[in-house]
Amino acid sequence: MSIKEKEQEIIDEFAIYEDWMDKYEYIIELGKELPLIEEQYKTEDRLIKGCQSQVWLNAECIDNKMNFTADSDAIITKGIIALLIRVVNDESPEDVARSEFKFIKEIGLQEHLSPTRSNGLVSMVKDMKLNALKAVK
Amino acid sequence: MNIKAIRSQFPILEEKIHGKPLVYFDNGATTQKPLSVIQRVNDYYSKENANIHRGVHTLSQEATTAYENARNTIQEYLGAKQSHEILFTKGTTDSINLVAFSFGELLNADDEVIISAMEHHSNIVPWQMLCERKGCKLRVIPMNEKGELELDVYDTLLSEKTKLVAVTHISNALGTVNNVEHIIEKAHAVGAKVLIDGAQSIQHIKVNVQDLGCDFYAFSGHKLFGPTGIGVLYGKEEILNQMPPYQGGGDMIKEVTLEKTTYNELPHKFEAGTPNIAGGIGLGTAFEFLNSLNMEDVLKHEQELLNYATEELSKIEGIQFYGEAEEKTSVISFLIDGLHPYDVGTLLDKMGIAVRTGHHCTQPIMDQFGIPGTIRASFALYNTKEEIDLFIAALNRIIPILQD
Repeated sequence: MSIKEKEQEIIDEFAIYEDWMDKYEYIIELGKELPLIEEQYKTEDRLIKGCQSQVWLNAECIDNKMNFTADSDAIITKGIIALLIRVVNDESPEDVARSEFKFIKEIGLQEHLSPTRSNGLVSMVKDMKLNALKAVK
Repeated sequence: MNIKAIRSQFPILEEKIHGKPLVYFDNGATTQKPLSVIQRVNDYYSKENANIHRGVHTLSQEATTAYENARNTIQEYLGAKQSHEILFTKGTTDSINLVAFSFGELLNADDEVIISAMEHHSNIVPWQMLCERKGCKLRVIPMNEKGELELDVYDTLLSEKTKLVAVTHISNALGTVNNVEHIIEKAHAVGAKVLIDGAQSIQHIKVNVQDLGCDFYAFSGHKLFGPTGIGVLYGKEEILNQMPPYQGGGDMIKEVTLEKTTYNELPHKFEAGTPNIAGGIGLGTAFEFLNSLNMEDVLKHEQELLNYATEELSKIEGIQFYGEAEEKTSVISFLIDGLHPYDVGTLLDKMGIAVRTGHHCTQPIMDQFGIPGTIRASFALYNTKEEIDLFIAALNRIIPILQD
């Protein structure tokens, strides 16, 4: 599945939620299921400090496919990370570097990716793309 | 106090957030504005807008009168001796920076400045910058686990080297009301001056600067029902006259030649450039609003809210309060076991409830408690017990969602 197809799949999934709380309950479930970054990778250089929440991100490129693992101290932040990672994992570094994550806006979660929110997510997206750029052959 | 009548003066309280009635518990960050203030700012721009102080035309004179009348209203409310002891600034931060620079120019390398462990960053960083610039030493009054200053330690920090003590009247993160009378008296005994950060005070308690005896009192307009971008530094005339200007520009000069400039008198010496005229006039109206209230009734109502909310929150399993001083205003900082403040704040918002989460610009306090931040509910005179009930119900709904 391409990045675009995966994004559309998420948009369709979210279309059934009319109530904000239902939507957030789903995000929180995703956050709880997020495969965690391995403890050894939870180092200072992988830590993205936000005012509100913190994010750890580890990036690898194996056989020209990006693989991200991440964690956050806040569960809603984790849920959104789960969505972002689902879209870009197993994709080529070129595609990841180009992705704009527009689906986040479509599903009404744009506020979490606002630079003023300071939850670490904006920097995490930037770091994901930077890591992908570094991996481009 | 008729809360319904007070609420009707604040149009924003009728707003809905995500389809839910707004419950505004972020008053420590900024208060809402009464219609009188909104209309006054609107009227200024609609009917009186002109630059002040040097115009010969009618509008300029009217705007000048309105601006200076606002200064007089504030002087009277605060009990300052002279109206020129009321300097208009951008807000508390600007007021403190003014003192840190201009009063700071009078300090030498061996001098000491005392702050406390519960200061907002804006009453820490300007002093650190001063100490770096002048080589002075910064000393800190410690805080106990209830969130109260250890004044017996303060007494031992004071010496003839102490030139300034800068402490907050009321803690923004914990609500603690400090014994500033004691702090001022002891500082004056060693010849030190005192700046009180009053950002969290005037909206809750009646402040009289001469009764307090402080040398400087700094606050923001937007936290006491006034516009943003305007604040006040009260300073004693004698000290302000000794201090060099903060910023250079128009309005603050007596005479300028290309070789040398002489400075204007107070308050203009510290008010370079075209000021926030609409803000100043609106702030005057905010003080008229305060004048229309009985502040003892306001405090009583807010204490009832504080006690009720504390009681109701205590029933939540795993709740931990931060800031349990004997004397505190209507601020409640807390955490719930296993729940991150960001998650709680996000979900409360979806239910129409506005609280603040994070470190509240007081990282040293959070470090002392060993936490990254708290959830803070801060009440104002227009809040009600019914709103607290909505808040508790919302918390009880989101806790099981967030807990594993």
